[in-house]
Amino acid sequence: MNHGFSIPRFKLPGLIAAIGAQLPQWPHSLALATALNAATKLGLLREDSLALLEGRSFLVEVADVAGQASFTYRGGLFRPLFKVPANPDLSFRANLSAFLQLLARQEDPDTLFFNRELSIVGDTELGLLIKNMLDAVEWPQLPRLPILRP
Amino acid sequence: MPRPKAPQLVPQLVCPAGSLPALKAAVDHGADAVYLGYRNETNARNFAGLNFDQKAMVEGIRYAQSRHRQVLMAINTFAQPGRAADWQRAVDGAADLGVDAVILADIGLLDYASQRHPALRLHLSVQGSATSYEAVNFAHREFGVRRAVLPRVLTLAQVETVIRNTPVEIEVFGFGSLCVMNEGRCWLSSYATGESPNTVGACSPARFVQWERSPGQMTTRLNGILIDSFGDDEPAGYPTLCKGRFAVDGETYYALEEPTSLNVLEILPAIAAIGVVAIKVEGRQRSPTYVAQVTRTLRAALDELGRDGERFHVKPAWQAELARVAEGSQVTLGAYNRPWR
Repeated sequence: MNHGFSIPRFKLPGLIAAIGAQLPQWPHSLALATALNAATKLGLLREDSLALLEGRSFLVEVADVAGQASFTYRGGLFRPLFKVPANPDLSFRANLSAFLQLLARQEDPDTLFFNRELSIVGDTELGLLIKNMLDAVEWPQLPRLPILRP
Repeated sequence: MPRPKAPQLVPQLVCPAGSLPALKAAVDHGADAVYLGYRNETNARNFAGLNFDQKAMVEGIRYAQSRHRQVLMAINTFAQPGRAADWQRAVDGAADLGVDAVILADIGLLDYASQRHPALRLHLSVQGSATSYEAVNFAHREFGVRRAVLPRVLTLAQVETVIRNTPVEIEVFGFGSLCVMNEGRCWLSSYATGESPNTVGACSPARFVQWERSPGQMTTRLNGILIDSFGDDEPAGYPTLCKGRFAVDGETYYALEEPTSLNVLEILPAIAAIGVVAIKVEGRQRSPTYVAQVTRTLRAALDELGRDGERFHVKPAWQAELARVAEGSQVTLGAYNRPWR
């Protein structure tokens, strides 16, 4: 947990969002769904929790990049949604730095949520389930990326 | 040569574990004990995706005990009519797993555990709502309870009175979100949703919670009841009835309680001096990151207390780290320093 390196809180300049909004969004959805399927295959996500995601739609928005990824879970697989659903069952929205801090387990999701740096909208119980499912993941010791070395 | 100082008695640090990574975070960052529960309504943090199944339980207990830390299992809800066997099975399971103690609230379950598993160490949960030494001594006399967790309604002087009049070890809360301070007796969640910690193991269950966003504002509802609304830059909290803002006599304010967190760093020496055996951190529903942050901060403070005794002083860095993860914008000493009796 203590990597000797910490991700600062930052917000990318507006120009990046302006450019990002012009880019196609489907590669993000495809990449995220692929990553989630890889995690499932490694047995990192609990099966009984996964079963509760069946047929639900999700949207992840990286605000300062104007990037969106949406996906659903059906028949044991995460599947990218190439068209962003109008009313996803659950949507997460934050700046890139907050998502990175979450992934690195540097910040607590409740802390970010209470401080309004992470917005979660939709089915609250589903949101709690996702949060707890990700918290319960024991990440394998991956070789550290050079950029994250202190 | 200076005489060696008598070692200051330092309370144990008891930390929350809602998942295996949280348990490991607590152990790795210096918890003396962790508390956890099954994935069902026998524990008072029964949220979707949280808690331990049998496999995670076995691994977690091995991880902690092999590092000489204790594992306390919370079976701290009240057995529901006709289903006492579910709660009894949880106690049997805890005894089989070899946990260091079980934390119980239900008097019937305390009776079952003391008869069936006489070697099993029993702690009286905060949900048991024992606020006087008479109540604590009753649990000791009838069921052999060895430790009681006091509800957060007592002043420090009252905690001391309990300790002086009981052979039972006393554990108090040291950090975390504050409840309306009527633990084990609160039915506000049931009033709004029909479900409460004592019955289903969750206060204000998530399926009754709605967050609604509109431009510049977020409103929260519990089973349709408007609890609060927040401007975009205002810190938000989980919508429990006790922490809502309500219109009373033409004024809108936190009519029951402001969302605050407890933090006892400032009075740590006093807590140790009156003989509190253990300090508990709230938050099995929080992430491994929170557990790591809070555990390492309190560990550092307790270690300093052990070294420096009366010269202990609170480091601003500790307060800053704890303030950041607290729910609500205020951190208080709770009831410990209130003048009322």
